[in-house]
Amino acid sequence: MTDPNHPTAADAPRAKGTPVVTDTTKVDSVGDVDGALEPGQVPTLAAREEPSRWRAAVGQIVGGSAGISVLAVVLALLVGAVLIAVTDAGVQSAAGYFFARPGDTLQAIGRAVGGAYAALFQGAIWNVRRDTFAGQIKPITDTLTFATPLIAAGLGVALAFRVGLFNIGAQGQLLVGAIFAGWVATHLQLPYGIHLIVAVIAGIVGGAVWGGIAGILRARTGAHEVIVTIMLNYVAVYLLTFLLKTPVLQAPGSTNPKSAAIEPTAELPQLFGVQFQLHLGFVLAIIATAVVWFVLNRSSLGFRFRAVGENPHAARVAGMNVKNLYLWAMLISGGLAGLAATSQVLGGSLTSGFSVGVDAGIGFDAITVALLGRSRPVGVFVAGVLFGAFKAGGYTMQAAQNVPVDVVLVVQSIIVLLIAAPPLVRAVFRLPIPVPRAPRAARPSKAEVSQ
Amino acid sequence: MSAVVTGDVVAPTSTPRAFLARWKTPIALGLFSVIGIAVFVGAAHTGTSTFRLSTGTDVIKLPEIAVPTLAATIVLSILLVAATVLAVVRVRQGRSTFWLVAVFALVFLFDFLSWVATGQTIPVPGLLVGAVSLSTPLIFGALGGVIGERVGVVNVAIEGQFLAGAFTSALVASLTRSPWAGLVAAMIAGVLVSFVLAAFAIKYLVDQVIVGVVLNVLVTGLTSFLYTKLLSPNINTLNSPPRFERVEIPLLSQIPIIGPTLFRQTVIVYLMYIAVAAVWFALFKTRWGLRVRAVGEHPQAADTVGINVNRTRFWNVSLAGAIAGLGGAFFTLGSVGAFQKEMTGGYGFIALAAVIFGRWDPIRATFAALLFGFATNLRSVLQAIGSSVPSELMLMLPYVVTIFAVAGLVGASRPPAASGKPYVKS
Repeated sequence: MTDPNHPTAADAPRAKGTPVVTDTTKVDSVGDVDGALEPGQVPTLAAREEPSRWRAAVGQIVGGSAGISVLAVVLALLVGAVLIAVTDAGVQSAAGYFFARPGDTLQAIGRAVGGAYAALFQGAIWNVRRDTFAGQIKPITDTLTFATPLIAAGLGVALAFRVGLFNIGAQGQLLVGAIFAGWVATHLQLPYGIHLIVAVIAGIVGGAVWGGIAGILRARTGAHEVIVTIMLNYVAVYLLTFLLKTPVLQAPGSTNPKSAAIEPTAELPQLFGVQFQLHLGFVLAIIATAVVWFVLNRSSLGFRFRAVGENPHAARVAGMNVKNLYLWAMLISGGLAGLAATSQVLGGSLTSGFSVGVDAGIGFDAITVALLGRSRPVGVFVAGVLFGAFKAGGYTMQAAQNVPVDVVLVVQSIIVLLIAAPPLVRAVFRLPIPVPRAPRAARPSKAEVSQ
Repeated sequence: MSAVVTGDVVAPTSTPRAFLARWKTPIALGLFSVIGIAVFVGAAHTGTSTFRLSTGTDVIKLPEIAVPTLAATIVLSILLVAATVLAVVRVRQGRSTFWLVAVFALVFLFDFLSWVATGQTIPVPGLLVGAVSLSTPLIFGALGGVIGERVGVVNVAIEGQFLAGAFTSALVASLTRSPWAGLVAAMIAGVLVSFVLAAFAIKYLVDQVIVGVVLNVLVTGLTSFLYTKLLSPNINTLNSPPRFERVEIPLLSQIPIIGPTLFRQTVIVYLMYIAVAAVWFALFKTRWGLRVRAVGEHPQAADTVGINVNRTRFWNVSLAGAIAGLGGAFFTLGSVGAFQKEMTGGYGFIALAAVIFGRWDPIRATFAALLFGFATNLRSVLQAIGSSVPSELMLMLPYVVTIFAVAGLVGASRPPAASGKPYVKS
């Protein structure tokens, strides 16, 4: 507490963007990805113990959350580079005679790391090797396609976080959404437009039902949502596997556990013609982001959600029906995972029929996306696009440079870890603590607490 | 994650909800009885169901029990109804129904087995042996989770500790040709994962659930990357660890049914028995345990009497990592041998569920983990004997039962009060 070069635990609450979490149920916290304190946000307990006026000032000072985020990405890519270099065969053989010709080793490292990250960039953002503009920008549209379900499901997880619920069940909710949407898309004959709308709504309903089970059990019996959602994930996997072997979902005349191709009337149309995968689902994801933002920040339901997330006891004392709010939160959270399912089933490459792998790990990635986005809708959107880029680029990197796509997981998780711990990033880069040291101030007045 | 549930305790008023809270056990039992009668009696096949009680190497051989399926399911279903009625009586008297539920579950299980095994033989010892060994990593993981939460740090990183343990033990055991070295390496790997968890949670005050989830991803990425780059091109030198052999304990292993189940296992399983007993004893009977629980329940009070809260947390989370790492070693050294990508397959999350299901108590968590292990093994045994039930529906059963159990029996459970909350000295 006395050495400014060693940020201690108690310094953290003063730093903008430090997720000081005093309540287990509260995952997001002081900071936002874009650095704005939400209006009406109740300061956390720790913030109350420290002068909260610092936080307003800190936002403008160097080392704010935007700067920290960039540095975190740089650090994570460095760690990834070390992994790639150490395991590269060329680097290993050159390192064998490092002291004779150190230049060779450095060159080999450069080749391995540079090649891998160049491939990542080309697969995710801009392909310089193509001649046409369409070919060059195709990677960025792939990124957005991968990002679509991540954003939708991530919003669901984030919304539950804000209410103090830890929804690990995005996977199950997504699968049940896929069952509903898949059935509508393969069994019903409806005109263009209407079919798509019905299928999307069915997917959302499917996810909401699955999330709602966890919500209603939490509300009525107090069953811990973590266990229930984990269990419901498994149940959904087996339910889908079972249905894919019955006429409910299995393609007629087939013995594979795979659905029929969905009706063209139910497909999410591609936005920029057939050469790009990007489909209408991305627009739905943008709309979902806006809606979730509005609900959380501008509606009375959202106010109650956040109040429950901050302190369920206080919310109850204030006359809110905490149990119903838990149910609503899980319904909406599941519905968003169901929306992610529709972009998987009705758009992209799976329109020719989906199998039990329709989830593609999105259910769990959604948790990381929500964490990286600090459970703020806009943050989740940005995090979803970033993870989409890693997904799109990771496969290119694996194919072109023989670097296992798993390195992307390492980079992603380190980014999330570092962004969650700004003091660590500052320590690594020897940045000054952005707040001048001050003697321990008195507790803030009531007006400041309830700003 | 350990969301605040303390406030949800239903007030003892005469509302419909209070009625439901009081009568949920009989209602749930009644529901299962109806399912039992409808499915097991209604859809019973004609034939006999056989239960084999002994293995080929037993000294004392028990005879196989063969029963006509329909008669067995009828009798067992009547027992289910009787248990339900008894539950109604006991609830009316305001007495506990805990043991009744346990008996009910057992009868229901036999009802199910008799129904499913028409014309087949269920190898009871095989079922139980597999159940214990499949539960072993879950129990280690659950013990790690219990210690973590008791000291006030939520350990969602059990999956990561498993994977790190499995990977390191396979690598080190292959290099040294000694499974014991692998076991130690697995513990160290678990501790290292714990160090990261503890550092971020205690020093940097990052939400513990975030760190846990992210650590799982990090370890998955690291082990998968290294597996593809290092282990799979050099299988013979880096990924062919020697496995622990089954060790029969003299005399004890000759007890019918119990012997083969508990005393013909690998060393890791015996270590598990010791760990369960040791953790229980240490948590509830020693000064260390008192301190751990004090830090997890009321860190301010613990600090006031001179306990260093954050140091206690740091070292106990590390200990929890070592225990969970042992569980990871089971996947390789105690089971298949070689490391595979993501070979822990979500077991860490099941262990986490066992912690909560077991209400943060080492013994109860162990039983919860055994339940999951049993269910997993039941599935493979039934698949092996070629049962007619669609396997997916059967696979679903343990998870559905868990949901019912958590909703109906456990209900609003209360985690250690300070679990998940960082402690800032003021």
